[in-house]
Amino acid sequence: MTQATEIFGYARKDGRKGIRNVVVVVYLVECAQHVAREIAYPFRTRGVHLIGFGGCYPNEYAARMMRQLCTHPNVGGVLLVSLGCESFDRQGLAETIRDSGRPVETLVIQQTGGTRKTVALGRVWVESTLGALGATPRQLMSIDELVIGTVCGGSDATSGLTANPAVGRAFDLLVAERATAIFEETGELIGCEHIMAARASNPALADVLVAAVEKAAHYYTVLGHGSFAPGNADGGLTTQEEKSMGAYSKSGSSRISGLIKPGDVPAAGGLYLLDVVPDGEVRFGFPNINDIAEIAELIACGSHLILFPTGRGSVVGSAISPVVKICANPETYRRMSEDMDVNAGRILEGAATLDAVGREIFDLVVATAQGRRTTSESLGHQEFVLTYKSFEPIGPACLPVPA
Amino acid sequence: MNDERLLLLSPADNVLVAICAIECGSSLTVGGKTIQVAERIPLGFKVAARDITAGQKIFKYGAHIGSATRDISAGSTVHVHNMKSDYLPTYKPEVHARHDSSD
Repeated sequence: MTQATEIFGYARKDGRKGIRNVVVVVYLVECAQHVAREIAYPFRTRGVHLIGFGGCYPNEYAARMMRQLCTHPNVGGVLLVSLGCESFDRQGLAETIRDSGRPVETLVIQQTGGTRKTVALGRVWVESTLGALGATPRQLMSIDELVIGTVCGGSDATSGLTANPAVGRAFDLLVAERATAIFEETGELIGCEHIMAARASNPALADVLVAAVEKAAHYYTVLGHGSFAPGNADGGLTTQEEKSMGAYSKSGSSRISGLIKPGDVPAAGGLYLLDVVPDGEVRFGFPNINDIAEIAELIACGSHLILFPTGRGSVVGSAISPVVKICANPETYRRMSEDMDVNAGRILEGAATLDAVGREIFDLVVATAQGRRTTSESLGHQEFVLTYKSFEPIGPACLPVPA
Repeated sequence: MNDERLLLLSPADNVLVAICAIECGSSLTVGGKTIQVAERIPLGFKVAARDITAGQKIFKYGAHIGSATRDISAGSTVHVHNMKSDYLPTYKPEVHARHDSSD
């Protein structure tokens, strides 16, 4: 690795390394959100992020997501804020965080004596923890230790022509360097499951990939959502498989190493499909209520950074991991350039090739890992959503066969 | 050589994608040959990169996205009037009608 690409990560006890060192303030039920937000607010430009789970009833998926998020390599310390009567297993979560070597504190509003006292105590803890985080050891981190996720949002007719395939080129470069790359949203892959299965690293995985898309098709059918709309044909898309290829092109052309579910962290580099559609009968409504929920799941799988192509112009960022926004549409870019990191719309104006923009995205991944702030980080975006879901654990066919 | 207004997404493709609207009557270079555009090609629409015969598979993003339902000459638009899904019927009658009426 040359000097220009050296990354110094924050060393964690589990061997992973972070590219950020944030403190997360976590509400364990919606009733604790205001107090948690008040604690975090004065520190919002100092790497203190707010996340949480709004539900009062227990949910194993949400509990696992929270364990993975609170022990994510980009996280240096955690403050849990509980109302006191919700069913979230706050002790279990605190133990998991403590075992991971991170500073953790739990404030129970009902025991502390209400809003004002809890906010004051929380701010003292955050201030002292921020001071201690300055001593976190840094270690040289190679590109093969990076985990990069991608999800697209606010798509338009240009997304599948510029930003999505350019992200695919960047994914190819990352996978060639043995990094971990994760793509998702099986509901948008309906029609290209056999195209995708042909890229599986083994026949058993090919069957798993097809089954995951069939599950998504069934789930969306039950919810009453068709996939190919007449408006797609007006934009020049002719077939279901063509439309899905536009989204699928974010995955690039590498072999697919495995299928994971939210919270699964791949043990080795390669390209992975994240299956975000719940297992079993349809419960709890939409698989993902918005793009932010998908970003949170990619982060729970270890993503240090998210590549986010957008055509119409999304402004989102995320708690915990930086979001790099790649604008597909040159007109959107001109209107919203302050919110964009990459102008892939140049491809439509003949000013750049897909390969050149793919290389630019790869270079920006490295620069962001080295500490460069993305536009959404600079603007203070820290969106986060976590809702109810249920999953079965992945089977043995989902992960790469050891060489 | 192809016109710079046409994007080749993958070397395996037999269609190109218009990266801007190409007006009716303008000339267009596809595969080294120059043709006259018979019908306006909107942004995002597909153009045959070479002559395609009925029944041949259409490749975009290096992937098989359907097949030709009639012979398509290089430089012609490729859409619901001359190709179909091999996955499932994807376009509804009203889409057909809309396209036919704009011919």
